[in-house]
Amino acid sequence: MLKREKFIEYMLRFCASLSIIFLFGIAISLFKEGLPIFKVVNPLKFIFGKFWYPTHEPPEFGILPLILASILVTFGAMMVAVPLGVGSAICIAELSPPKIREIIKPMIELLAGIPSVIYGFFGMVVFAPFVQRLFNIPVGLNAFTASCLLGIMALPTITSIAEDAIASVPNEIKEASYALGATKWETITRAVIPSAKSGILTAVILGLGRAIGETMTVLMVAGGAAVIPRSFLQPVRPMTATIAAEMGEAPAGSLHYHALFAISIILFLITLGLNILANYIKEKGYEKI
Amino acid sequence: MRKFKQSIGFLICRFACLIAVLSLFIILFFIFIRGFKVLSLNFIFDFPREGMTKGGIFPAIIGTFYLSVGAILFALPLGVFSAVYLTEYAKSSKLTKIIRTGINTLAGTPSVVFGLFGLAVFVKLFGFGVSILAGSLTLGILILPTIIRASEEAILAVPQTFRDASYALGATKWQTIAHVVLPNAIPGILTGVILGIGRAAGETAPILFTAATFYTRRLPRSIFDEVMALPYHIYALMTEGTKPDLQVPIAYGTALVLLVLVVGINLTAILIRIKRRRKRW
Repeated sequence: MLKREKFIEYMLRFCASLSIIFLFGIAISLFKEGLPIFKVVNPLKFIFGKFWYPTHEPPEFGILPLILASILVTFGAMMVAVPLGVGSAICIAELSPPKIREIIKPMIELLAGIPSVIYGFFGMVVFAPFVQRLFNIPVGLNAFTASCLLGIMALPTITSIAEDAIASVPNEIKEASYALGATKWETITRAVIPSAKSGILTAVILGLGRAIGETMTVLMVAGGAAVIPRSFLQPVRPMTATIAAEMGEAPAGSLHYHALFAISIILFLITLGLNILANYIKEKGYEKI
Repeated sequence: MRKFKQSIGFLICRFACLIAVLSLFIILFFIFIRGFKVLSLNFIFDFPREGMTKGGIFPAIIGTFYLSVGAILFALPLGVFSAVYLTEYAKSSKLTKIIRTGINTLAGTPSVVFGLFGLAVFVKLFGFGVSILAGSLTLGILILPTIIRASEEAILAVPQTFRDASYALGATKWQTIAHVVLPNAIPGILTGVILGIGRAAGETAPILFTAATFYTRRLPRSIFDEVMALPYHIYALMTEGTKPDLQVPIAYGTALVLLVLVVGINLTAILIRIKRRRKRW
C-alpha cells in the first residue's frame, strides 16, 4: 500500500515536471534548428544587418528591420494598452458598483478570448480601410493599424492583472488617506496606485510580452514590408509575422529555414526575459507586504 | 479645484473602460452583421467548391473539432496531475517554485514559437508529418498552463475539512485525492477544460506548419492526415486565392462560426464560475 502511494507521488511529480521538460524541449529545438545559420552569417551581421532578402541570390539575412518593426509595433500597442488597461482597472476596482463590475469583468475576459486571427480579419476588412481614409494614405495596412489592434489585444491582460493588484490594496491604506482629508481621486493616485505599483508593473510587462509575441494580427495587418521603419504610417514586418509568413516556403534545412528559427530564438529569449522579470517583480512585491 | 480634478480623473478612467467594452461590441457587431448574410445550413455542412469561392466550410469545422479534442486529451490528464502534485504534495518546495516559473514562462511563450517547436519535433523529428497528431500535441502543450492553473484553483477551493474527514476514516493520501478532492474539484477543472478548448480552437500560428492545409477534398481518415481548420481558413481566404470579392464573404461567415464557437465556450466557462462562486460547501 505504501509502495503504491510512493509510486503515485513519483508519477505526479513527473507530470508536474513535464512543463519544465517541454520548456527545455522548446529551447533546445529552437537552438538546434537556428544556430546553424551562424556558421554562415556572422551573428552581429544577422542582428544588425539592414537587409532581409532571404530568397535573393546571394541571400541576405539582416533582421534589424524586423526587430525595429517589432519594437515599433509593440511600443505603439503599449501606448494604447497601458492607459486604457490601467484606466479600466481603476474604473472596475474603485469606481464601479459591484453589479456593474460583475458585468464589465466578463466582457474584458471575452475580449481576451477572441482569437487573434479574428482581430487580424477585423483589422483587414474594417479597421484598415478606416485608417486609410482617416490619414488619407494609399493603404491602411501599416504599423499604426497593427499597434491599435495589438493594444486592444494586450488590454485584457493588463486590466485583469492590474485590477487584481488594485483590489488587493488593504482598506487601511485607503482609510488612512481619507482620514487625512484626501478626496477619492487623491486617494487612488497617491495611496492606492503606489501600493499596487508592483502588480501594475507586472501587468504591463506581461501585456508587453503578449504584444511582442502576437503573430496572426501583425501578419495580416502590419503590411509586410521588410524595410527599416521610419514612421507609424508605413507598412512593416515584425519578427513573428516574418516567421509565420515565410516558414511555409522555406525548404527544411535551408539557410532560410535556419534563419527563421534563429529569429524565433531571439523572440523566445525576449519573452523569457520579460516573464522572469515579471516573476521577480511580483515576488519582490509580496515580500514587501 | 480638487473636486474638478477628481471629476476629470474619474471621467478618463470611465472612458478607458468604455473603449474596452466598445471594442468588444464593435468587433462582434461587424462580424455578426456581415457574417450572418452568408450563414446557412449549406454553408456549415457543405464542402468548399470552385477554388474556395463557393460552398461551405464543413471540413474546417471538423478539423478544428479534432484538433481541439486532441489537444484536450493530451493536456487534461497532464494538467490535472500537475495541479494535484503542486497543491497536494509539494506546497512550497524549491522544485515547486521552479515548476511554477516554468508554467508561467510556457504561458508567456509566443504561439508562433510553439508552432516552430511542433514543426521541429513532432512533424520532423518524430516523423508525424503535417497531421492532426502533430497539431494536437502542439496545441496541447500550448494550453497546458491554462489547464494547470484552473485545476489548481479548483483543488485549492476544496475545504481542508473534507480531506480531514477522509483521513479520519483511514483513507490514504491518494485515496483521499481520488475519491474526495478530485470529484469536488470537477466543476472548476471543467472551467479549465472549456477555456482550453476555446484557446485551442482559435489558435492559428501553432497549426500553421504542423496541421493545417488550405484545401482537402475529403474529411480526415486518421490522425496522420492534415486538416482544414477554421482559424487557418480565415487567414488563407484573406491572403491566398485570386478572387477576393468572392472570398471575403466566405471569410466573414467562417469568422462568425469561429466567433460564435469561441465566445460561446468562454461564456459557458464564465457562467460555470459564477455559479460555483455562489455555492457553499
